[in-house]
Amino acid sequence: MNPLSYFAPVVAFRFMREGLTQTFLIVLGVALGGGVIIFMSALLAGLQANIIRRTLNFQAPIQIQAPDQLARPLREGDSDAVANQVQPRSQQLRSVDQWQKIRADVARIPGVTSVTPVVTGPGFAQRGEATKAVSIIGIETESYFKVVALPDKIIGGRYDMGPIDAIVGTELARDLGIGIEDKFALKAANGAASTLSVVGIFDFGNKGVNERNVYVTLRTAQNLLDLAGGATSLDVKVHDPFAAETIAQTVRQGSDLHVDSWISTNAQFFSAMAAQILANTLIRIFVGITVALGIASVLVVSVVQKSKEIGILRAMGTTRPQVLRIFLIQGAFMGLVGALFGSLLAWIFLQLWRGVATNPDGTPLFVVVIEPSLFAIACVGATLVGILAAAVPARRAARLDPVVAIRG
Amino acid sequence: MADASPGVADTLRLTGVRKSYATGTPVEIEVLHGVDLTLRHGEFAALIGPSGSGKTTLLNVIGLLDRPTAGRVFIAGQDAGTLDEMETTHLRGRTIGFVFQYHYLLPAFTALENVMMPVLAARGRTDREMRESAAALLDRVGLTQWRDNKASAISGGQQQRVAIARALAMNPALVLADEPSGNLDTESADAVFDLMRDVNERSGTTFLIVTHDPRLAQRCDRIVELVDGRIVSDRANTKVVRRG
Repeated sequence: MNPLSYFAPVVAFRFMREGLTQTFLIVLGVALGGGVIIFMSALLAGLQANIIRRTLNFQAPIQIQAPDQLARPLREGDSDAVANQVQPRSQQLRSVDQWQKIRADVARIPGVTSVTPVVTGPGFAQRGEATKAVSIIGIETESYFKVVALPDKIIGGRYDMGPIDAIVGTELARDLGIGIEDKFALKAANGAASTLSVVGIFDFGNKGVNERNVYVTLRTAQNLLDLAGGATSLDVKVHDPFAAETIAQTVRQGSDLHVDSWISTNAQFFSAMAAQILANTLIRIFVGITVALGIASVLVVSVVQKSKEIGILRAMGTTRPQVLRIFLIQGAFMGLVGALFGSLLAWIFLQLWRGVATNPDGTPLFVVVIEPSLFAIACVGATLVGILAAAVPARRAARLDPVVAIRG
Repeated sequence: MADASPGVADTLRLTGVRKSYATGTPVEIEVLHGVDLTLRHGEFAALIGPSGSGKTTLLNVIGLLDRPTAGRVFIAGQDAGTLDEMETTHLRGRTIGFVFQYHYLLPAFTALENVMMPVLAARGRTDREMRESAAALLDRVGLTQWRDNKASAISGGQQQRVAIARALAMNPALVLADEPSGNLDTESADAVFDLMRDVNERSGTTFLIVTHDPRLAQRCDRIVELVDGRIVSDRANTKVVRRG
């Protein structure tokens, strides 16, 4: 068989041109199906990326903390326990033991891009009569900004801080009635207090974070929380956010440290995302099956309509593989052209979506990035679906007995 | 037993060909009961017989569209029984041309493209020589001016002439025609018949024509009569009627 033979393509395209209405309708059907799949995939990918980005905006992918303090049963010598009911121990604010060494060790793990020490504890922000419960977050600015993109969220002032400076959220600034260069008192739960100057105001797009977090330098937080030279946690940034749990497990190995990845702390979000992916996959599969059945039904009808012509082609020396290819080419063409038009439709839908799905201030609800690879995958996929859908009618055509076909 | 191998000049040789349907079932029916037939190069023969006598079945067996239940079929010296499906298809494409009662042209193609179709199927491409050869065949059947018309846009007689040109496209040794003028008026039928006769005389192509029309049969060199799946008469026609 001549692989460069253009007999099958020539006959296939003439058959399709002959049944132009049929061809047009099925290509339209494939275009709509393909368009929906591409549109939904782009939307879902955009939504996921947006949620992940927003979550990781103010949360490190991995957080390492000191091991939990455990209560020990009271014993006398080597004898049995005196008290058999052991209450869980309340957890004190304490530093990760030898955090500098752990920081250096973790930084060497493949996939880790940066590690930063953080001192976190409860406190109160006070100005005049107003008092708000806050989280004091002491950071080493240079390394912390590599983990959490705080500078990008500053909407007023600056992000570099001195020992008597603080960065607060928009909600807290409003509650306390403070602005840039204004002073307020930050008190720790143990009574230690410091008067700080607001140098920057951030907006993470999350009300809780905006009214709770107060960023100060590591040293300031250590002094306030009575953790001189300590760090309550090490925040770790990784190259691939989805590898966070695997890397967290690596850190956990051989240590009693308390290591959480953003995947384990956001389990609910991940199960919702998994459900969303499953629903989307099911929709894509069913749309794909519908498209395949559409192509198959058109070609089945075509085989019946053209059985006499196929019979005569076979009688004049056309081989079964050639007849098979005539119909496979039609399926592939319908799939490919349908997907190309579907790509165009999806692109139009996505532009419309960008125009419609906006926040009240006109900014997009979430950014939908149109990946060219999505269109390429859709075109290749639709072509394969077309070929698969054509397989049954093509086999039927190839197996037609010329005598029966001609006699009709 | 007679020598089963064909003579050098034999285009077709059938020996003891039997054809049954529903083989192995209680309703098995034998349509051909041991047919022996030889067609020599350049013969112009008619196959006649009443309806249901097995003419079309015999034609299908000769045309390698159907396999005999028993017996052997030699086409241009080649024993068709030894070939697989693909080889049979190739042998059929190379050596046999078909003209049916209905033209079965591909309506999406022009007259010229229809004539080129067997060559395109065999070689997978066309070139100027093949195009010129197809055009010459159309010229021979008197359809030069219709060559670029869609097959569906010409008359029944013209379509049948295109079908004859298509049957000749591969320069076959044997043309099998099953009631080639059955759908045509008398004038068109005569024209088609004349055309086949002309091709036979000029190119030496062997023709076997199934016909119900005794008038047309009388214009063939040899008349083979099939009744109930048996050849009951096979005679040279010494009084060939020439038209015009």
